[in-house]
Amino acid sequence: MTPEQQTAVEGLLRSHAAAPGGLLPLLHAVQDQLGYLPPAAVPLIASAFNRTRAEIEGVISFYHDFHTEPPARHTLRLCRAEACQCMGGEALAAQLRDSLGLPDEGVSADGELGLIPVYCLGACACAPALELDGRLHARVTPDKLRQLLQGLKGGEGAC
Amino acid sequence: MLTVYIPMDSVACAVGADDVAQRFAEEAARRGMALDIRRTSSRGLFWLEPLVEVDTPHGRAGFRTVTPEDVSGLLAIDMAAVRDHLLSIGLVDELPYLKSQQRLLFARAGLTRPLSLDDYLAAGGYQGLEKAAAMSGDDIVANVLDSGLRGRGGAAFPAGIKWRTVRQAGADSKYVVCNADEGDSGSFADRMLMEGDPFLLLEGMTIAGLAVGATRGYIYVRSEYAPAIAVLRQAIVIAREHGYLGDNVAHGGHDFDIEVREGAGAYICGEETSLLESLEGKRGTVRAKPPLPALQGLFGQPTLVHNVLSLASVPLILARGAAWYRNFGMGRSLGTMAFQLAGNVRRGGLVERAFGLTLRELVLDYGGGTASGRPLKAVQLGGPLGAWIPPSLLDTPLDYEALAAIGAMLGHGGAVLADDTVDMGRMARFAMRFCAIESCGKCTPCRIGSTRGVEVIDRLLAAGNAEEKSRQHALLDDLCLTMQHGSLCALGGMTPFPVQSALKYFPADFGLTSQENAQ
Repeated sequence: MTPEQQTAVEGLLRSHAAAPGGLLPLLHAVQDQLGYLPPAAVPLIASAFNRTRAEIEGVISFYHDFHTEPPARHTLRLCRAEACQCMGGEALAAQLRDSLGLPDEGVSADGELGLIPVYCLGACACAPALELDGRLHARVTPDKLRQLLQGLKGGEGAC
Repeated sequence: MLTVYIPMDSVACAVGADDVAQRFAEEAARRGMALDIRRTSSRGLFWLEPLVEVDTPHGRAGFRTVTPEDVSGLLAIDMAAVRDHLLSIGLVDELPYLKSQQRLLFARAGLTRPLSLDDYLAAGGYQGLEKAAAMSGDDIVANVLDSGLRGRGGAAFPAGIKWRTVRQAGADSKYVVCNADEGDSGSFADRMLMEGDPFLLLEGMTIAGLAVGATRGYIYVRSEYAPAIAVLRQAIVIAREHGYLGDNVAHGGHDFDIEVREGAGAYICGEETSLLESLEGKRGTVRAKPPLPALQGLFGQPTLVHNVLSLASVPLILARGAAWYRNFGMGRSLGTMAFQLAGNVRRGGLVERAFGLTLRELVLDYGGGTASGRPLKAVQLGGPLGAWIPPSLLDTPLDYEALAAIGAMLGHGGAVLADDTVDMGRMARFAMRFCAIESCGKCTPCRIGSTRGVEVIDRLLAAGNAEEKSRQHALLDDLCLTMQHGSLCALGGMTPFPVQSALKYFPADFGLTSQENAQ
C-alpha cells in the first residue's frame, strides 16, 4: 500500500468506524476511492473496527463486489441470468470468448478489459444487458457489443 | 411552450433516453425554441422505450423507441396531427396494455418527476402519513391487518401480524428494514419504484416506523442498482428538509429517519436474516429462525423487515382505507400485484393488476408471446428459484394459493419467457450452478448439494444408455428432496423447483422419455 493509499484508508476509517454496522459502507468507500481493497489495509480496518483480521477478510471474500487486486482499466459486467440467457446473452459471452479470449470471468490479454459475470441488472424487459464502466446498456446485440469494445480501443471509451 | 416528457429510468437510459433528451435540448436551442423537457419516471412499457410523450388537448400522446435522429422530425410536426407520425402510439393512457391495468402502487409511473416533492404531493403523496401521524400505533397496525396485505417479497406472510409482533415487542430501540435486494432475474418492479417514486417508499417506511415504534429505518439496496441508491439518498435529504423525516415527523410527535445501505453483490442477502447480518457488517450468512427478526432482528432488536412493494402499499392503505384496498384481489390474495414481463417477450414491462388474472392473460395478452416469434416453451415465474411452467398450464390464476397447487410460486412477480430454442437441461444445470455461486455456505444441503447437483445433471445429460440415465435421474431426485427439506432457507430449499419442473415437463431435453420420467 502506498502512503497515499494508507492516508486515504485512515481518513475513511475516521468517518465510518463509529457507524453501526459500518464495515460494508467502509469497504465500499475504500474500493470506490482506490479501485480495490489493498490487503495491507485489512489490519488497519480490523483495528479500527475492533475485529480480527480473519473476520475482515471473511467479509471481503464473501461478497462478489469486493476485489483485492487492482481492476483492469475497463470493467464489463455481463448479465448471465435467465432473462438475458433467453434473449441472446450467452451469445454475447461467446463473442467475448472468441474475440478477446475471455472466459466467463477474467482479464483480457492486454490487461485492458476485466469481465465479470453478474446475475441481473434489472433490465430484464430489455434483455440482454451489460454494464460497461458503470454505464448500463440494454437490448445489446452482437453489433452493439462490437461497437462498445471498439469505443474502448479508441481511448475515449463508451463511458 | 411545448413540454416533452422523457423517462430518466435507468433502463430507458440504457436504450438511449438520455441521448434523446440531450438532442431535444440541442435542437430546441438551435431553433431558438422554448422547450420544457421533463424527465419523469418510466411508465413501465419497456418495449416502447425510449418513450417520448407530449401534451395534446386530449392527453399525453406518445412516440415509441425514439432515437436522437428522430428528434428533429418530431419537433417539426404539427401537434394537431401527432397521430400521423410514424412513431406515434396515440394517447398513452388509451393503450390497452396500460388502460386495463389497476395501477395503485405505480399510479404515478411515467407521470411525475422522481425527485419533485411537489409532483408527489400534487398526486396524493404523503396523505397516508398525515393520517397516520394523527393515529395511535395500534390503530395503524389495525388498518394494515384489516387490509389483508401480504408481504410482496415472495413469502406472502400477512403483513399486519408482523407489524403487531414488532409493535408489542418491548425494547429500547426498534428498526424498520426495507429489503431492496431485488436479485431475481425477471424482476424490476422494486427498481422502477425506487428510481421513479422514491417518496412513496420513504412514506411507507415512515408510517411503519410510527406504527411499530421504531425511530430508524434502513433501505438495503443491491449494488447493481446504483441509480436507485442515488435517487433514494437525494429523496431522503428532500424529505428531511420538509419535515417528512427526522424529528417530530409530520408533527405527530415521533422521530424517524432513514439511511440507505448498499449491498455488495450477494444474492443471498435478499433473504431477510442474511440481509440483517450484512447490515451489521458481517458475512451475509443465514440465521436460524427462531428467534424471528420481528423479536430479535437488526443488532438483536425487534425489526420489521419488508420488501419495497409491501412498504410502498402502506401509504395507500392509510390514505384510502383498508376496506377500499380489500376490493382488489381474490380469496386471500388481496390488493394488486406488480407483475413483470421479461426475457424473450414481445411487450416486456410492468403489469399491475389485482390478483386473479391468469398466466395466459399476462404472458400472451399483455406480453404478446415471444419476441423472437418462435413458439413459447416455458415461463419461469418468481425468479431463479421458481418453476418453469409449460404452456399447458397457462390457465393457472396468478394468486398465491393457485400457483402453490401446481408446484409454482409467484415470488416477486417476475415472469421470464423462453422460446423453443432454450434447452431446459441447461437451464436446470444453471439453477444448480447459480445456487452454488450464491450459497452462503451455512447449511450442507445448499452448499454441497448445489455443487453435486451440477455434477449429477452433467452426468445425466451425458449418460449414453437408459440404465445410466435412470440411475442419475434417481440420484438427482433424491438430491433435490434433500435440498428441499434440509436447507436452512429458500435458496437451497427452492433451487430444486426449476430443476424438477424442467425434468417433469421437458424430459426430452434430458434425453429422457416421458415414460422413463414418470418412473
